[in-house]
Amino acid sequence: MQLKTYKMAKSKTKPVLKKIVTILITLIVGVYLGYKIFGPKVKEAPLPNSNSLYRSIAKTNDSAAASNMSTAFTGEVITVKNGESIVDAVKMANPGDLIRVYPGIYSETVYIDKDNISFQGIIQEGEWPTLDGKKELNDAFLYSGNGIQIENFKIVNYKGNGIMGQAGNNFVIRNNWVIDTGVYGIFPQYGTNGLIEHNILTGIEDAAIYVGMCDNIDVKHNKVYGNVAGIEIENSRHALVENNYAYNNTGGILAFITPGLPIKTTYDVIIRNNFIIENNHKNFGAPGSIVAGIPPGTGILIMAADDVIVENNIISGNNNAGIIITDFENGGAKASNDPESEPNPDRITILDNFMIDNGNKPVGELKALMLTQLSSKGPDILAIGGGVGSTIRDKNRYRTFGLGNYGESIKDNTRDVLTLMLDKPVEPKDISEMELGELTYYGICAGCHAYDIRLIGIPTNVIQMIYKDNPQGIIDYINNPKNLRDDYPEMPTQNYLSDEAKMAVSKYILALEK
Amino acid sequence: MKKIIITVFISSSVVIFYSLIPIFNSSAPNEYSEIEENSIELCKTCPPGFKLNGSNECISRNLYLQYESLENKGVGGLKTALPMVRDGFSPQQIDLGRYLFFDPVLSADHTVSCASCHNPEMGFSDGLPTSIGIKNKSVARSSPSLWNVAYLNKLFWDGRASSLEEQIEGPLYAENEMGTTREKLLLTLNEIENYRELFAQAFPERAASDSIKLHEIYKSIIAFESSLISINSRYDQYAHGYHKALNQEEIEGLNVFRSFVARCSECHTPPLFTNQQIAVIGTPEPGGLVFDAGAEIPFNDRSRRGGFKVPSLRNIEKTAPYMHSGKFKTLRETVEFYTKGRGHAVPNDEELILHWHIWEPNLSDYELDRLVDFLKTLTDESFKPKIPKVLPSGLKLKTNAT
Repeated sequence: MQLKTYKMAKSKTKPVLKKIVTILITLIVGVYLGYKIFGPKVKEAPLPNSNSLYRSIAKTNDSAAASNMSTAFTGEVITVKNGESIVDAVKMANPGDLIRVYPGIYSETVYIDKDNISFQGIIQEGEWPTLDGKKELNDAFLYSGNGIQIENFKIVNYKGNGIMGQAGNNFVIRNNWVIDTGVYGIFPQYGTNGLIEHNILTGIEDAAIYVGMCDNIDVKHNKVYGNVAGIEIENSRHALVENNYAYNNTGGILAFITPGLPIKTTYDVIIRNNFIIENNHKNFGAPGSIVAGIPPGTGILIMAADDVIVENNIISGNNNAGIIITDFENGGAKASNDPESEPNPDRITILDNFMIDNGNKPVGELKALMLTQLSSKGPDILAIGGGVGSTIRDKNRYRTFGLGNYGESIKDNTRDVLTLMLDKPVEPKDISEMELGELTYYGICAGCHAYDIRLIGIPTNVIQMIYKDNPQGIIDYINNPKNLRDDYPEMPTQNYLSDEAKMAVSKYILALEK
Repeated sequence: MKKIIITVFISSSVVIFYSLIPIFNSSAPNEYSEIEENSIELCKTCPPGFKLNGSNECISRNLYLQYESLENKGVGGLKTALPMVRDGFSPQQIDLGRYLFFDPVLSADHTVSCASCHNPEMGFSDGLPTSIGIKNKSVARSSPSLWNVAYLNKLFWDGRASSLEEQIEGPLYAENEMGTTREKLLLTLNEIENYRELFAQAFPERAASDSIKLHEIYKSIIAFESSLISINSRYDQYAHGYHKALNQEEIEGLNVFRSFVARCSECHTPPLFTNQQIAVIGTPEPGGLVFDAGAEIPFNDRSRRGGFKVPSLRNIEKTAPYMHSGKFKTLRETVEFYTKGRGHAVPNDEELILHWHIWEPNLSDYELDRLVDFLKTLTDESFKPKIPKVLPSGLKLKTNAT
């Protein structure tokens, strides 16, 4: 977005006249610019300001601000308009770039295997840029890079996910409108430090927002309804679920451990200030899925997770129970045992919550359990199975079952916790040029070259003789090898290495001593 | 004219110089040792993928060490670290392990070596549905590839061993595999002068005259197995950032592989393409074989009935037939299994707790083809070790394929 300046041709007229002309031109330019800036707007959205995308997060008490995620996008702005391809834009994009997508229908799977790419939908007069999977495509967004930001998209009719991340850290997913995208709506996996906020999701057959095997995630201000699970924190640590509105799901908000996954724990979860209302939807989870076992009418489900705090939520009208705290065995999910996975919910803390009108129509095992108590109503809070160290504040205000061993909570609020994201973005691993050279040399070159031994290629000490003080010479050669010797096979090109790795390994080769 | 003469002169002198280079090194030893009549010396340098440190240990080095992984579990996405590696063996131990690995003298009747079922020419497997041990005895399951075993913490199809030390005693002493005994193995090797010398070189901290010990045999073979590294495939080039390494169809395959419809990567998680868990997926047995209870037996857990370790998919192209008892002959048949319906191949009288990722993804033929395209990008045998020409025992090399 650079303004080009043009040099005026030198005037040969008299100085006075020259001045007048200059003033006139300045005036005309000024008026034109003024019109452009302050005049009536054409359908052109303003560029996001330098340190935020959707809105100036610095002005609000926002997780992204608290964790310094408001990194400026530093690169180019790439524009995608209706009829063009977002995937093509990603192919062109470099780290730091912002891809702005205008209203239109985009039927594609946008995969992002690069770092620090931001996506911004431009909404014009209520028209959204819409990713439509037409029930043929698997995923709308699929990323593996760090620092991915996705905002302002309408995502409909995919079969797998709306937005799925695999190992990307430092992500922001906000202001997306996700409708019937298959199994999950928003699903970051193996990511650290992420924010999911201000999204609306419905019609998802598993969890609308599914934080799976992640650390340090805030899920805030989202609306989830008409899904099997509203928000699910699974095998993840340090998650804040706050100010969400979860209604008419089968289960509203879930924190649990699924056995058989490589990351085995869930702990340090705060479920706070949410509206968890009438989550009585019929369970339409796929047969065999973990959520297929969730009884309809479940407000909050805590299964096998540890150190979960439930505070200041309004939990009402959930027909089975307001909160169910269970070990894996009693949780109703069907999966093989995992000896490395601890199945009990420990140190659960229930603080102040507003709970009314729950348990009007308990189902299945809970119904049978309550009948043994001569009650046809389910409780506000049910605890069943193993687990130690759990507490509750002011227990008598709720109708509870199975909380006999719950002590009085020592903690009375979590106001010191503003976010569970990190206070700064996760940095990439610090690798020096020499280390990178070493990793490349032994990890790749050593397949054919050894220091003073003939392998498939010439010995490294001979390379040193040829390219003394000339790393660029090595780079040129590995980019485009020419077979110079009859008694050696031709070297395959190594142009797939990054420029940094090529330079690092060339220097490393020249400095190698044995 | 003058220019041309100068150019010709310079280029011819360059050619002459380069052509002389090999002469400087004509007497240099080869990558691995070879046993000559009068000299037996084990290799003093590490195999590719390893750097020799000051303590004569080979330390794993590769581009994945640029990255990190959640809880250091080595699972995640493209730029994710590998799991913890088993390294630190000496070059001599690795080289000695190579001889032992290929030497049928280790088996009871000197007919079967480790390489009989883990043949480097067949992806360190054997191309059979289920393996064959000494005296043509049949083995219950398929021979797993040894590529990248240095990264595995569960071994055997049923995951019953958690270290290579535990694992190695299985095939050595199983009566239908190598069929030997601890006593016989020690006796045999200690009677071979070549091996006594080689073990003394590989274990210099003990007296050269000492007898060969069991733990030295195990350690050497494990050292060699741990050197079988395959992480430089075209997929890896893509993962490290060179997106031209895969063509359009292969990238489509990658996206099917990692989508939550096919869900392949949920268990075959990069970068190793296994999450190292036990999964009950309900694959059929080939005709004539009874249902295999898998992990139920070692873990004594009914809920794991029919469960097997998720295998790595690296070099999967090389290790047909597939699954624990080799039911599927091709990758195409194998990927198709996953879209034929949850539990479609489970015998009527079996009640299994199938893994939740086994469902009905309704993959199209096109998607199945792309999955196969992608799986073939995981092939890398650039660090394949050399098969010894001569064995210290004097026996002839024997693998099922050669």
